[in-house]
Amino acid sequence: MPSLGTSFGRGGATTFQQDLQNADCITIMGSNMAENHPVGFQWVMEARERGAVVQHIDPRFTRTSAMATRHVGIRAGSDIAFLGGVVNYILEHDRWFDEYVRRYTNASVIVSEDFSDTEDNDGLFSGWDAEKGEYDVTTWQYAGTQVHGAAGERSKGFNPSATKGEQSHGSHGGGMTHGNPPELDATLQHPRCIFQILKRHYARYTPEFVANACGCTVGEFLAVAESLCVNSGPERTGAFVYAVGWTQHTVGVQLIRTAAIIQLLLGNIGRPGGGIMALRGHASIQGSTDIPTLYNILPGYLTMPHTEHYGGLESYIDVTTAPGGWWGHADAYMVSLLKAWWGAAATPENEFCFEYLPRIDDDNSNYWTVQQMLQGKVKGYIVAGENPAVGSANGRAQRLALAQLDWLVVRDFVEIETAAFWYDSPEVESGELRPEAIPTEVFFMPAASHLEKDGSFTNTQRLLQWHFKAVEPKQDCRSELWFYYHLGRKIRERLADSQNPRDRPILDLTWEYPTSGEIEEPSAESVLAEINGRDSTGKALAGYKALKADGSTSCGCWIYCGVYAEEQNLAARRVPHWEQSATGLEWGWAWPANRRLLYNRASANPDGEPWSERKRYVWWDRDQSTWTGHDTPDFDEQKAPDYVPADDATGPEAIRGDHPFVMQADGMGWIYVPQGIVDGPLPTHYEPHESPFRNALYGQRANPRRQQNDLAEDRYNPPGSETYPYVLTTYRLTEHHTAGGMTRSTPYLAELQPQMFVEVHPQLARERGLEHGGWATIATARTAIEARVMVTDRMRPVTIDGTVHHQVGLPYHWGQRGLVTGGAANDLTHMALDPNVHIQEVKALTCDIRPGRRPRGPGLPAFVDDLRQQALTRDAGEPPQPATRGKRRRTKGSGR
Amino acid sequence: MSAYGAEAKPRMGFFTDTSVCIGCKACEVACKEWNLIPDDGFEWSGESYDNTGELSANTWRHVTFIEQHKSLKNGAPTADALHVDGEVATADGSPEPLRWLMESDVCKHCTHAGCLDACPTGALFRTEFGTVVVQEDVCNGCGYCVPACPFGVIDRRDLPRSPEDAPLALPLLGRKEDGRVWKCTLCYDRLKGGHEPACAKACPTDSIQFGEVDELRERARRRLAKLETEGWNGPRLYGDDPDDGVGGFGAFFLLLDEPEVYGLPPDPVVPTRHLPRLWRSTALAAGAVLVGIAATFLGGAE
Amino acid sequence: MTSNGSITQVGTEMQSYYGKPIVKEPVWKAEIPFYLFTGGVAGGASVLHGLARLTGNHRLARSSLYIGAVADAVSPVLLVSDLGRPERFLNMLRVFKVTSPMSVGSWILFVSSGASTTAATLELLGALRPARWLAEALSFVTGPPLATYTGALLANTAIPVWSEARDELPWLFGASAAASAGATAAMVTPAAAAGPARRAAVAGVAAELGLVRLMRRRLGFVGEVYELGEAGRYARVSRVCAAAGAGLLALRGRRSRPAAVVGGALVLAGEVALRWSVFKAGFQSARDPRYTVLPQRKRLEERATGRGR
Repeated sequence: MPSLGTSFGRGGATTFQQDLQNADCITIMGSNMAENHPVGFQWVMEARERGAVVQHIDPRFTRTSAMATRHVGIRAGSDIAFLGGVVNYILEHDRWFDEYVRRYTNASVIVSEDFSDTEDNDGLFSGWDAEKGEYDVTTWQYAGTQVHGAAGERSKGFNPSATKGEQSHGSHGGGMTHGNPPELDATLQHPRCIFQILKRHYARYTPEFVANACGCTVGEFLAVAESLCVNSGPERTGAFVYAVGWTQHTVGVQLIRTAAIIQLLLGNIGRPGGGIMALRGHASIQGSTDIPTLYNILPGYLTMPHTEHYGGLESYIDVTTAPGGWWGHADAYMVSLLKAWWGAAATPENEFCFEYLPRIDDDNSNYWTVQQMLQGKVKGYIVAGENPAVGSANGRAQRLALAQLDWLVVRDFVEIETAAFWYDSPEVESGELRPEAIPTEVFFMPAASHLEKDGSFTNTQRLLQWHFKAVEPKQDCRSELWFYYHLGRKIRERLADSQNPRDRPILDLTWEYPTSGEIEEPSAESVLAEINGRDSTGKALAGYKALKADGSTSCGCWIYCGVYAEEQNLAARRVPHWEQSATGLEWGWAWPANRRLLYNRASANPDGEPWSERKRYVWWDRDQSTWTGHDTPDFDEQKAPDYVPADDATGPEAIRGDHPFVMQADGMGWIYVPQGIVDGPLPTHYEPHESPFRNALYGQRANPRRQQNDLAEDRYNPPGSETYPYVLTTYRLTEHHTAGGMTRSTPYLAELQPQMFVEVHPQLARERGLEHGGWATIATARTAIEARVMVTDRMRPVTIDGTVHHQVGLPYHWGQRGLVTGGAANDLTHMALDPNVHIQEVKALTCDIRPGRRPRGPGLPAFVDDLRQQALTRDAGEPPQPATRGKRRRTKGSGR
Repeated sequence: MSAYGAEAKPRMGFFTDTSVCIGCKACEVACKEWNLIPDDGFEWSGESYDNTGELSANTWRHVTFIEQHKSLKNGAPTADALHVDGEVATADGSPEPLRWLMESDVCKHCTHAGCLDACPTGALFRTEFGTVVVQEDVCNGCGYCVPACPFGVIDRRDLPRSPEDAPLALPLLGRKEDGRVWKCTLCYDRLKGGHEPACAKACPTDSIQFGEVDELRERARRRLAKLETEGWNGPRLYGDDPDDGVGGFGAFFLLLDEPEVYGLPPDPVVPTRHLPRLWRSTALAAGAVLVGIAATFLGGAE
Repeated sequence: MTSNGSITQVGTEMQSYYGKPIVKEPVWKAEIPFYLFTGGVAGGASVLHGLARLTGNHRLARSSLYIGAVADAVSPVLLVSDLGRPERFLNMLRVFKVTSPMSVGSWILFVSSGASTTAATLELLGALRPARWLAEALSFVTGPPLATYTGALLANTAIPVWSEARDELPWLFGASAAASAGATAAMVTPAAAAGPARRAAVAGVAAELGLVRLMRRRLGFVGEVYELGEAGRYARVSRVCAAAGAGLLALRGRRSRPAAVVGGALVLAGEVALRWSVFKAGFQSARDPRYTVLPQRKRLEERATGRGR
C-alpha cells in the first residue's frame, strides 16, 4: 500500500482486472492469480487469447503457471534481485520510454547532497542510526526543497518549518518552481539526479547476479526482461500483477516499489493494459483499509494522529500533508470526517472534536498487540471474521497470547480455532496450556453470513459492489453492523450519565441509524450515505471536490464521496457488460470518483494527445477544452496540458498540466521516494530474515530496518542454518479460503482438498526419505507440524552458488477443527515484519523436513527444543539478536 | 427427438475447452450446490490436486489434473536468439518442460446413449433438448445402465439404511433411502427456465461453453485450428464426430493429449451397436438349446 | 500411488489416469450370479419338461415341471432383492425395449415364471387341464430365451471381458442352462426316466467346456482375467466339478442312484461356479483400465492403417 501510494499517489491497484485484456504482456509475480483470483483471471486468459505474453515468475509451478506462456522458477524471497536486474537491463540497453520518464517521473530531480546509497555503505542508505535501529530520512530528500510522500509515514522526517521558511510567502508553500522541484536536470546526466542514482544503485544487478541469486538461468531472466521491454513504449503496454507473494516479506514494500520503478521506466502507469494490478480483495480487504481497521490510518488514508509529533488539528494537517496535489485539501477531508463522526458536537471552536481521536505512538499494529498480550498487558480482544490462531504468523504465539487475556470475543459462523484454543489446540494437546488454568473468558458470538445481510464489498480494483440480504439470519446470528451498532448503543446507555470527560468521545458520536425488523437491523444504506457525506442541508454530496474545511460538510470517507450521489446507491448498479463499454463504469462504483484506471492522464502525451491510437484512453479535447475519454479522467477536467502553476500555488492548483500523478506533492511518478517509506528510497536486495544464503551484494544481509523481537515464543532459525536448511514458502489453494474457517466446515469445499499436505520435489524426497502419500514433519524454531507428502516436479529446486537447494511448500488452510483438519502452516512462521506495514514474512523462511508423523503430547515441544539446541550449537552464523523492548522493535548493532 | 414434434428444441450441450481450464473446480461446487448432491467423502488421494477421483452418483462434474514433462507448445528452446513473442529461448540447463493439464469431465449425453438403451424401466429418457436424463421417481436401481456406459459416468447411490451410518451429507430433501442412479442432467430444470447449466455459469474462463451442439461444434473446430496455428502441443477434439462409436457427444471436449491420459476411453462404442448381432447370436443359441435338448430324447427314456 | 508422485508416465506402453478404471464395475451383488444359475435351470427345465410331455415321459415331465417352477419362483425374488429400490420392481413392466436385454429378459421371466408356477400348481392340484397345457406351452416357448438371454444381458455392456465375448456368452449360458437343468432332473428323477436329463447334463457340460476355451482364445489378452483372482478360482472349480460330475453321470448315472445324485450335484456346483467366474471376470476387467484402453487403441490403429492402405 505505501509502495503504490508513495510511487504514484494512492495506495491501491492502479488499474482494474478487466483492463488486463488490453495488455501486450502480463507479468504475474508474487501472485498465483489463477488459483486465488480465478474469476479475475479470465481477463488474463482473454489477453493470452489475443496473443499477449503471460509470464509467471514464482518459486512453484502453479495453476497460474499452467496457463502462462512462460514460467520462470525463482527462489522464494529473491524477487528484488530479479526485478532489480530488470531495472538494470532497461537502463543498460536504453529501453526506457524516454519522453514518459523525463516528463512524468521524478527521474530528473536532483537529490540532496547528503544522500548516499547502499552501494556506498555496504548495504545501508545514508542516515542510519544504529542506536535507534532506524533511518533519519532527511538525507534522502530532494535538493532545495522537502516533499511529503502521498502515503506511508508521512510525518517522519518532514520538518514543516523548513518548508515554510524557505521559499513560500504564504502558508503551506510547496517549494516548487513552475510546478517542478527547484533542482532538476532535464538531460538526466547530473550525478545526483535520480536517474543516475538509480543506475548506480542497480549497476551490479547483472543477469549473472540474478541467475545466481534467484536460481533461474540467465536465458530465462533475459527472456522476461526482453518481453517487458518489447511490450512498452507508445504502441505497447504491459501490466504487473502481484499479491501477498510480494507483500508478505520483510522487504515487502520495497519489493512492490521495484515493480513501480519498472513500470515508470517503461511508461506503463496510467495506460490501458499497463499499470500494477495489486491483487487483494477477498471479501472486502480493500474496503478494510479504505475504511480502515488498521491502527495507523483513518478513513481515506488520512494519518492517525500521533502522541508526539503535533498538537491540534492545524499542526496535524501541516505536518502530515503535502501542500501540493489533492492531499492539499486534507483539511477538508479531515474536518468532514470529524463532522460525520461527531456531528453537531464538532465545531470550529473545538477543532471539530479532533481531540477526541485516539492517538498512536508508533507501532501499535496487530503483531505488536499480540506481543503485548503475551506479556499480559492486554485485557480484551475482539476477533471478528478472522482466525489468528491459524491465519496469523506464529500460531502458537497467537494462541498463547489468547491465554493471557481476561476476555475474548470471537464472531464467526463456526467455532474456529481462535475461539476453541482453550480446549482444542496443539498447546492443550502438549500440555503447555491447561484449560482449567486459562483465565480467559471466551464469548463466541455467532455471525450472519454475507447472504444474511445488506452491505458492500470493496474489491481489489477499488470497486464497491453492494450486496443485498437474501435470507434472514438464523437464531442468534447477527451481522457486524448489528453487533457494533447495538454494542455502541448499549455502551452509550451505560455511560449516559457520566460526567467523566473521557466518555465524551463516545457520548458525542452520531449514532442514530434507522433499524428494521424484529432484530432491529441497522440500515446499511444509511451508513453508506453517511460515508458518502452530506452538505449542510443534508443533501448527498456528489464528490470529494465538494468537501469543505469549515464544518459545513460531513463525509465518512472522502475517497468514497460520490458513491451515494443524488441519493442513489451507485454501488448497487448492475448494468451488464453488453449494455455498456468495456470499462464498465456503470457496474458498481470505484473510488476515487468512479475512475477505473488511475493516473490515466498519463495515457496521453504531455500535449494531451494519446501516445498512440492503439493505446488511446483519455485525451485532451481542444474544442471542448476538457479532458475526455473511455474513463473518468484522473485529472482536473478543465486543466489544459500546458498549464503551469504559480510558484506559490497550493493544492491541486500546484500540479502542472503535464504531471499525471495528481496526488503527489510534485505531480510526478516517484521512481525514487524521498519520504514516506522507512527503509529506503530505493529497493535493495536483502535476504529474508530467515535464509540459507548470504547476501551476494552486501555485508548487510537482511533489511536493517525489519522488525524482530526476542520473545521466547518467537525464536528464529539462524541464517545459513544447517538444521533448518530448506527454503519454506506458504500459500493458498483455490479450494480453501485463508484460515479455513469458512471452507473447512463446508462439505463441498472440504472434500476438494481434505487434508493438509506438503509439496516437495522428487530429489528432496529422495534426500530426506519422504514417500509420496506418506507423512512428513516440518519444523522451525517455533514448533513442528505434520502433513501428507505430495511429491511433485512443480516444486522446483534452485541452483545458488553452484549448489542445488530445495524449497518446501505448505498450504496454510488447516487447523484443528472442522470437517477436515490438519497441521497449521502458520504455527511454523515467525513475527519478523516489514517495518512500513508490519506485515509478516511468511513467503520465505527456512525449515527442516523429515519423514514420519510428529511427536504428540509433551513430546512435541521436546522435539522442537532439541532441534533448536542443535541449531544453536551446530550452526555457525549470527548469534540471536537481542532487541530492545518498548514501542518499536529495534535491533542493536548493525542489525544484520 | 422427432418424437417431440412441436416441442422439440435445438440440441443443447457442452463444449469443454480444456486449453483454458484453470482447475478451479467452480463447476464441481456449483453443480453440487444446484443439484443438492451429497459430498463424496473426505479422502486425500495424492493424485495431484484431484481428490474427487471420478464421476459418480455424487459427482457430476469432475476436474482431472495431470502433471507432465511436456511443454504446452511445440518447439524446443534454442540456445541463442531471443524470441520475443512469448516463446522461451533459454540457455542450456533450463529445467525440463512442465505442463499441468486440467479438464472438467462430465456426462457426454451421447447421441446413442448406452445407459438410455439399457434402461429397462424407461427411467432414462431423452429430453426435448436432446439430453439424457434419469427420472428419479421411476428408477428402481437395477443398475444396468452403470456398466452400459462406455465412459463410466452413471452410478448408483447406495445410502446406508441406518441414519447413524449416514455420511456427513447435506440434507437430501427426501432422498434419504436412495438406491437409484444419478448423473448429470445438463441442469434440465435450468434449461426449462431458459438458463444455462450451473457449471457453465460458474466457469470463470468459459472453459465450459453451453449452447446448441451444432454451433458448439463449429466453434470447436475454429478453436482447434487456432491452437494448431499457435503451435500448441497435442490439441484435439474428442466427441465432436457424429460418426464415432456413440454418434458424437452432446457434451464434447478439446483435449491436449490422448483421451486415456484423462481417464477417457480412446474409442468408445455404445454397446447397442453390437446388439443386432448379439440378438441373432442369442436366438441361434436359444434354438440350439431346444435342438440340443431335443436330441437327448432320441436315446429313449433311460 | 506412483513413487514419482503425480507425474504420469510418458512414453510407456499405455497411459492411464493414475491407473484408475474407465468403465464402472456393475453394482450387482451376489443375487445376480445366483440368478444366472437359477434362470438357467428354469429355462432348461421348461424345455426338458415340454419335450418330456411330448415324448410321453411323464415322470421326467413332472419332475422338470416342479424343478422349473421352483427355479422360476426363486429367480424373481433374487432379482428384486438386488434392486436399489425393490419396492419399485413393477417398473420393469412399464416398457418393453428391444435395446435392453434386461427389459426383454424381465418380460421373458415374467411370462415364464408366471406360466411355470401356474402350471406346476395346476399339476399339483390336478385341475384345469386346458389352462395347465396353455401354461406349459408358454413356459416351454420362453424356456430357450430364458436360458440364453442372460448372455446377451452381460455382453450388452461396456465391460471388456463381457462385451468382447458377445459371440460366445449366449451359447455358453445356454449350454450351462441345459447342463444345470439336466443335472437337477437327473438327481430327482428315477434313472429309468432320467436318460434325457443325464444326456442333457453331459452334453451341456461338454459344450460348455468347449465354449469356455473358445471364448478364452477369442478374447485375447483381455481373457487373462479368467486365470486371475476370484474369476480364475471360480473358473478352475467350475471346470473340475462340472467335468467330474458329467463323468460320473455318464458312467454310473444310469445304474446308481447315489452316483446320479452326486454327479448331478457336482455338475450343479460347477455351473454355479461358472456363473460366478463370468460375473467376477467382468468386475476384474472393469477395474484395470488396460482392458479398456488397449483393445480400443488397437482398433483405432487398425482403422487408421486400414484407411491408409
